[in-house]
Amino acid sequence: MSIQVKNINKRFSNFQALNDISLDFPTGKLVALLGPSGCGKTTLLRIIAGLETADSGQILLEGADASNLHVRERQIGFMFQHYALFQHMSVFENVAFGLRVKPKNERPSEAAIRQRVTELLELVQLGNLAKRYPSQLSGGQRQRIALARALAVNPRVLLLDEPFGALDAKVRKELRRWLRQLHDELHITSIFVTHDQEEALEVADEIVLMNKGQVEQVGSPLEVFRHPATPFAFNFLGTANRFDGKWARSGVLVSEDLLPLPPTQAIHTHLAEGGDVIAFARPHDLQIETNFEAAQGVRAKISRILAFGPMARVELSHATQPETYYEVDVPALSIASLNLHEGQAVRLRPSQLQVFPAG
Amino acid sequence: MAQTVGKRVLPGFGLSLGYTLVYLSLIVLIPLSAVFINAASMQWSEFWQVVSSPQVVASYRVSFLTSLLAALINSFFGLLLAWSLVRYNFFGKRLVDALIDLPFALPTAVAGITLSALYAKNGWIGSLFAPLGIKLAFTPLGILIALTFIGLPFVVRTIQPVLQELSLEFEEAAATLGASRWQAFSRVVLPALLPAMLTGFALAFARAVGEYGSVIFIAGNVPMVSEITPLLIITRLEQFDVAGATAIATVMLIVSFSLLLIINGLQHWASNRKRYLTGEDLA
Repeated sequence: MSIQVKNINKRFSNFQALNDISLDFPTGKLVALLGPSGCGKTTLLRIIAGLETADSGQILLEGADASNLHVRERQIGFMFQHYALFQHMSVFENVAFGLRVKPKNERPSEAAIRQRVTELLELVQLGNLAKRYPSQLSGGQRQRIALARALAVNPRVLLLDEPFGALDAKVRKELRRWLRQLHDELHITSIFVTHDQEEALEVADEIVLMNKGQVEQVGSPLEVFRHPATPFAFNFLGTANRFDGKWARSGVLVSEDLLPLPPTQAIHTHLAEGGDVIAFARPHDLQIETNFEAAQGVRAKISRILAFGPMARVELSHATQPETYYEVDVPALSIASLNLHEGQAVRLRPSQLQVFPAG
Repeated sequence: MAQTVGKRVLPGFGLSLGYTLVYLSLIVLIPLSAVFINAASMQWSEFWQVVSSPQVVASYRVSFLTSLLAALINSFFGLLLAWSLVRYNFFGKRLVDALIDLPFALPTAVAGITLSALYAKNGWIGSLFAPLGIKLAFTPLGILIALTFIGLPFVVRTIQPVLQELSLEFEEAAATLGASRWQAFSRVVLPALLPAMLTGFALAFARAVGEYGSVIFIAGNVPMVSEITPLLIITRLEQFDVAGATAIATVMLIVSFSLLLIINGLQHWASNRKRYLTGEDLA
């Protein structure tokens, strides 16, 4: 089922949590709402669920206005960050809850409930834990039971609030893969909230990047990662080297040094010459020029070389502003071939550079 | 033994346990056993005659029934009060919160006089009921009022912290699963509060059974109708019938203790239910 969000505004006393948000969530896709804490992503999710009401705007479920529907009428599966499993009920009863509270004329028979719950527990691969209580389960198991419980009522949409936030790194990675597989089986329209960019890039079909109550960018993980639309997007997704300077036709002037635009890259015609700009380059998109006397490139000094794997990470600081740091990824082999060593003065040139007007 | 004690991470186990036992003996066990020893000075037939005389039996009924009823009333309204104090913000909330402790702090005699003045035929509240033919003060109803008054804070103060800890997420989860407000409350919130409610009930009940000061003013102390057991004990003492007083006290002690034991068992069951494995039958 498709979800549409139209011009949603939400204010908490003097804090604008959501500012005119309009989004389309296509049917059957797994979408990540990604952003730093306090960006409004959880509020948006709770408004879609009906657990919170927007000050203005509309929520459309399958094209029909659901803004005034109560949460229990929206047929939404919601997964809470801390599971919210009912402590006094067995796993079986937790999963059966949604079926047991149905009005009498819609409630399935005891045998049907039993069959449905058993099916769901098999689906989340925890069929043997039906008689346990939540306090006897591990975090990962609890989260899966919470998902089974949400699926029991055949929700039209699945909403997940930081589903893996409370788990340790290893379990998180496992569950991520499992959630993706499960979604590929069920094809239920899903939205999940996360602040972990790696999680979003790995699991989602589409990423909605949010910041300060606004949508920064929407796109596939590849699109968002390769072509960040704003300085925030560039900084938030992956590591980025930031250069503040002035736009000069052939590149960015960083203090006295010219950071040359790679010849293959299109010229940013919308930038005013001499105007303040912010340029970003990923660590693997910077090259180290060992000739310090070269005419172009930002002057820097190598402060550390970390060569653990096939790629080595070189940490540098700006030659005249030691508080400005850069990171460059180079193949470990070229450390030797370029004869790089700590303390060496070099120049940095980008092979890929993204330039945004400042401010 | 000395070696294992020496290896304990927390020192002073022997000292603190010894202190605990001595203190418990001095304050609780010795006075309680004195009741039994005193009562034992009587012949069994004599003892039975005292504790089963119609006036005394009537007082048991009054004492335990009014206490039970008062504790039940308090469990319900105490939950309501705790609920509004935890879940809602309103003007004067802190004042209301402080007022709840008043029955704790008020000398019971003061409470007794005030209540009987209020609920008497010509009192503010009593005069409203008098035309309807309902007599409040100087009847078992008056006892019920006094016991409800003194028991309220026990229930509120035991439920309040548990309710505060109970995350709203559980009710939200129930709502997303299609549960109505009432279903969410009865199936999710109430079971979580049950152990605390039982504790509050037990405390309010125990306090009510033992209450003397506030009750005797409002009870009217009509033999067979509105006489509480503690009053009979005092009456016997005033007649220098110590053995008779302790005989009645023994019965009260045994009944109260068994009731508390039962409530404790219930509480244990309610709070540990989540940890037990159910049997074969899942439904």
